[in-house]
Amino acid sequence: MPNTSQARPLVSFEGVTKHYGTVAAVHAMDLDIFTGEFLALMGPSGCGKTTSLRMLAGLEEPTEGEIRLDGRRINEINSADRDTPMVWQSLALFPFLNVRQNVEFGLKMRKISPRDRQERAMRWLDRLEIADLAERDISQLSGGQRQRVALARSLVTEPRILLLDEPLSALDANLVVKMQGVLARLQKELGITFVYVTHSQSEAFAMSDRVVIMSQGRIEQIGSPKTIYRNPTSRFVADFVGSNNIFSGTISKEGATLQVNTPVGCFSCSPANDGNLFKTGSTLSMVVSADLVQISLTSPETANKVRCRFISEEFVGSIVTVFAELENGADFKVQVRQRDLADLGLKAGTVFYASWKATDVHLISESA
Amino acid sequence: MTRLSGQNLLLRGYVVLVFVFVFTPIVTSFVFSVNSDRFPTIPLGHFTTHWYETIFSDPDIWEAFRVSALVSISVAILATFIGFCTAYTDYRYNFTGKALYLSLALLPPTIPLVIMGLAMLALLARINMSGQIHSIVVSHVVLCAPFAMAVIRMRLAQINPDLEPAAWNLGASPWRAMREVIIPFCRPAIASAFCLTAAVSFDEFAVAWFVSGLNKTVPVMILEILQGNTDPQINAIGSIVFAISMSLVVIAQLIFFRKTSAPTTTGI
Repeated sequence: MPNTSQARPLVSFEGVTKHYGTVAAVHAMDLDIFTGEFLALMGPSGCGKTTSLRMLAGLEEPTEGEIRLDGRRINEINSADRDTPMVWQSLALFPFLNVRQNVEFGLKMRKISPRDRQERAMRWLDRLEIADLAERDISQLSGGQRQRVALARSLVTEPRILLLDEPLSALDANLVVKMQGVLARLQKELGITFVYVTHSQSEAFAMSDRVVIMSQGRIEQIGSPKTIYRNPTSRFVADFVGSNNIFSGTISKEGATLQVNTPVGCFSCSPANDGNLFKTGSTLSMVVSADLVQISLTSPETANKVRCRFISEEFVGSIVTVFAELENGADFKVQVRQRDLADLGLKAGTVFYASWKATDVHLISESA
Repeated sequence: MTRLSGQNLLLRGYVVLVFVFVFTPIVTSFVFSVNSDRFPTIPLGHFTTHWYETIFSDPDIWEAFRVSALVSISVAILATFIGFCTAYTDYRYNFTGKALYLSLALLPPTIPLVIMGLAMLALLARINMSGQIHSIVVSHVVLCAPFAMAVIRMRLAQINPDLEPAAWNLGASPWRAMREVIIPFCRPAIASAFCLTAAVSFDEFAVAWFVSGLNKTVPVMILEILQGNTDPQINAIGSIVFAISMSLVVIAQLIFFRKTSAPTTTGI
């Protein structure tokens, strides 16, 4: 995570609002983006992440507020004069130009001589390992190759910032992982800022230094992937991150170790965020991360446990997600190693116990 | 299976009948244009190119072809340009009254040609523009621009809407993006619209008859000859006109479908 306290931000959004008619796509957004960081804008569809990116690219104009690039207000500057190239979800390669001509496009617009253009385009094609495709038509390329052409086309002008709008969403899963590596390495080598819009948690967490979670046009939380994952500050984020069990509850005993009453039982919690903030009677969300849960067939010696009925499992490799049901019918998720699960021999309908440490619980005040 | 092929046979027969119905008069006209007899009767006389020689030695007919060529090329250029602008406006912008704008733009071919010709004559006469070559051009542009627009609009409907903003984002001004992205993408449609409007203008009789004055186009010339006498040279002129406009239309189709059947989106 870059040092955010002293560096001047490369880009800042100051109270940026975008209305389409009466609908606010982005609402009073404040965000600083720093030189050299890989920032992901993440959220469900319609959360305003793409609109924010397009405003930064100069393809939409904010209704209110100010966007600054290097300290300069850019609200009224045309996309053409910003040098904020974007990699499009549809890639938007020009079908009537070949690979090299596509990459040269930005240089041609900047009136670079044909010889320099070709040389610089070839250098980038080489860097992205597609120099041998230079004279091919776009229609002859595979998805991954097109991706590389789109990257080369955006980077050839050597911008300080690159905007990416869900660029990997059209690729197959294994290619996505490969391109994530390519992107992350490229960003580190170039040392420029990447702003990456995605709805995919795995893409955002795999590559970024900081993640911005958005919902309904507002920023819900900004933080490193680990912070977002372990310390969600709102129920929305805890829910969106996806591998959390969330229970609404009220405090029945305050102090460093709290007692929380929930519909599935009473649990003791010593949250990492200051437990003293919570007072008796206040309502909160108790978050138990699926990967911090132990399972056993017999009732363990701890207060923090629930009785579950096994429903199904989702095998993704060494880790298995177990979907279970609590006594009141609520869903409960557990992530365990495949070996551990096999040893227990769970079948549909088997009853087992899930337990967790009081210190592994994360609490979110309901008012937050 | 047999039922299916029976149906298939019936359909094929139907298609053949339609073509026979459409092309018989034209074929007939061509046959009599190379027939030695003065009157179109059966049995036929012997093969001759006499009627073609007659028309090629007639300076009036040469003049009519010259006027027609001049008119149709000018019309093709202007109508394609206007059609492109209209289609692009429809593609790029949303504004109140867009439906009205579109229906007005597509209206001219739905007006009966006689009414159109008469109206054009009335207007052009009032502003002292009737009876000249450019009066035919103006009238034909009105008539042909909607065809050009329809063809180019069809092409623009296939464009990835991100292409133009992508060009802006890479540093192209709106004009530059138009020149570097929109026009190259539409090139086959533009060429096709050019041929199609040229063909429509070359063939058009009613409006041209009203506004042409002494500058007769080929179709107007044909009528004049017919009014005097029936002569197989009409068949010869008819065959030439048919060959020219059919070639233009076929070229238009070939350009449009060959070039636009290639993959047009670049995304997936």
